[in-house]
Amino acid sequence: MESTGELTGAEIVCESLLKEGADVVFGLPGGAVLPLYGALSSYPAIRHILVRHEQAAAMAADGYARATGKVGVCVATSGPGATNLVTGIAAAHMDSVAMVAITGQVPRAYIGRDAFQETDVTGVTLPITKHNILVMDVKDVAQAIHDAFHIARTGRPGPVLVDIPRDVLLGEKAEFVWPETTKLPGYKIPGEAPEAQVAAAAELINQAERPIIMSGHGVLISHAYGLMTELAEKAQIPVITTLLGISSIPTDHELNLGMSGMHGMAYANLAIDEADLIIGLGMRFDDRVTGRISDFAPNAKIVHIDIDASEVDKNVMATVGVVGDLNAVLAQLLPKIQANVHIDWLRHIQELKTQHPSHIVRESDELLPQYVLQRLTEVTQGRGIVVTGVGQHQMWAAQHCQFTEPNTFITSGGLGTMGFEVPAALGAQVGCPDSVVWSVAGDGGFQMTMCDIATAVESGADVKFAILNNSSLGMVHQLQDIFFEKDFVASEYTANPDFVKIAEAYGIRGIRVTKKDEVVDAVQQAMETAGPVIVDFMVKEDEIVYPFIPSGQSVKEMLEEPANKEIA
Amino acid sequence: MIQTNHKEQHTLIALVEDKPGVLTRVASMFRRRGFNIASLAVGKSEQPGLSRMTFVVNGDDYTVSQVAKQLDKLIDVIEVADITNESIVTRELALIKVKTTQSTRGEIIQIVNLFRANIIDVGSESMVIEITGEEDKINALHNLLSPFGIIEMLRSGVVAMVRGQANGLANGHIHNQLIGNGH
Repeated sequence: MESTGELTGAEIVCESLLKEGADVVFGLPGGAVLPLYGALSSYPAIRHILVRHEQAAAMAADGYARATGKVGVCVATSGPGATNLVTGIAAAHMDSVAMVAITGQVPRAYIGRDAFQETDVTGVTLPITKHNILVMDVKDVAQAIHDAFHIARTGRPGPVLVDIPRDVLLGEKAEFVWPETTKLPGYKIPGEAPEAQVAAAAELINQAERPIIMSGHGVLISHAYGLMTELAEKAQIPVITTLLGISSIPTDHELNLGMSGMHGMAYANLAIDEADLIIGLGMRFDDRVTGRISDFAPNAKIVHIDIDASEVDKNVMATVGVVGDLNAVLAQLLPKIQANVHIDWLRHIQELKTQHPSHIVRESDELLPQYVLQRLTEVTQGRGIVVTGVGQHQMWAAQHCQFTEPNTFITSGGLGTMGFEVPAALGAQVGCPDSVVWSVAGDGGFQMTMCDIATAVESGADVKFAILNNSSLGMVHQLQDIFFEKDFVASEYTANPDFVKIAEAYGIRGIRVTKKDEVVDAVQQAMETAGPVIVDFMVKEDEIVYPFIPSGQSVKEMLEEPANKEIA
Repeated sequence: MIQTNHKEQHTLIALVEDKPGVLTRVASMFRRRGFNIASLAVGKSEQPGLSRMTFVVNGDDYTVSQVAKQLDKLIDVIEVADITNESIVTRELALIKVKTTQSTRGEIIQIVNLFRANIIDVGSESMVIEITGEEDKINALHNLLSPFGIIEMLRSGVVAMVRGQANGLANGHIHNQLIGNGH
């Protein structure tokens, strides 16, 4: 216990943030939260980054958290400030991202009276937070912040919102006493798993002839990539990554089959179809991964290891469910795993890869978006961080970008949030100032959040924006192309702005690329230019993302790139 | 793949923090995950600051195990147990307001006595009957009183307790099945 004398609630928030090691907060002030800003100026160790829209504060905190492994913090005022955070909070919740959102609330006496800028924010965010807390007494502020950070970062991480009325921030003072412990009797953090579960998992793995590891976001969150790779190498088990598991194993690792699922590699999906054991690590068998559940991995037993007990048997029934912290569980598991070679299985997968080369970009004179990403990732040599929005560009990035280090692919997976690419890249760059951060954007999503280019410029966040500009909502367009008889209603933009001029308007460099031979030079120039740069790649319109397993279907209905089929 | 069989109704008990909003969190989880609560009763427990909840949940083993795990995930929920297959006592309280006339009053009183229920209010054309017991007993009384005309009925929802020394929760054995042993 230590004490610093009587402080306001706002000062206690700042002291608590320092205690939690939060040195960056993303936010936008307003009436109810203004007392917190009044205190912030006395705490220069906390860097505040002023966004243009609160949605960007939440998404920047998300990108910051994923890139650094620390808790991302965002701040907004009551009412519309807080509701503008909602999409970003929901995205963080779906993707298990450690975030603390602090919102101002109307003074206590006004709560429930429909006061100006009053919203029941703990009510609104109840289903999209891991937990939330309305603090009604200045004496509870420190405990609430401490509990919030603890809940956000431990177990299966997630966003926690702390709502503080204005008169709790700036009213009666209280002694700042940093709580030594959390006050959460109902909160459990799994560590090691029961030995019996681990032994049962080991037995299935040792018996398997055609095993596959499916590596999810939990592998990254739990820092289990080392042990996961060790498991794969020891027993020679091919690894498939989920969208959020990308970068948990280097792209060029010989056992890495890339992403599976709706737009996953054909050979990865076919391998799952033939596997006799799926080892799901820190993933949740999302419908984009499984397709039609009854046809998913029909020949396989399932070992499912996850920290969240409620994920086991939720979508796919596990033959053996193991609940625990992945890194701890893999440490328990590895000594029980026999070395293996799986020669026939690996050879067969190599054949699948040759017959279904979905990682190959077809030859074309046009500027294909896939080609742009292949060149981009060659120039960056798989280093730095790639942040995407949602849609076609996201899937192409997942398919064609190379990664060498963990936590270097940041994307909105579960919620599928367009516009994520701009603020999340800003947050990642703030958290990792020495990394090259590429925001790979679609022209649709980019326009949802491009106001926060100004934030990148102001905060010196050196983000490089690559817009794969097809003048449309590409994924919607693709679905209309295939399923709605090419009725392209409301998916084509006929008056997009000139993104090079947008760049100039923000005082940064803009480069337009229309031809294949301009790509590498543009990427190099962007990286050599100090400060943010927008590169507007005018890519081929109406390009389709292949492979494609339509929603609710199985690998048997998979559509592949026609040109690649011909190669085979 | 997902097994669907076994009991259609399960009894779950939970120890939860006695804080504003806990009931909302629980109810919201049931709604958003599409689970169906047949009855829910909440009240103070033997431990200060903690409440006990008794849920009767419609669903098969698979669904109810999901319910238990999702409940356990809520931060304010301290422990959850499915006590359906334990040796338990269950009780429910009902207040039933039934129409009476001079000619039916005697017969109704006889029925009430037979069920060891209580008449707690008598008016000129109605009376209020209190009954405590297992759900079946209340259903039976309700069926017998229906022909006289039920004006109003209120049921508390089932409360349940494990027989014997165990308190149903704190020994943690059900807990371990849910989340493993790590802390």
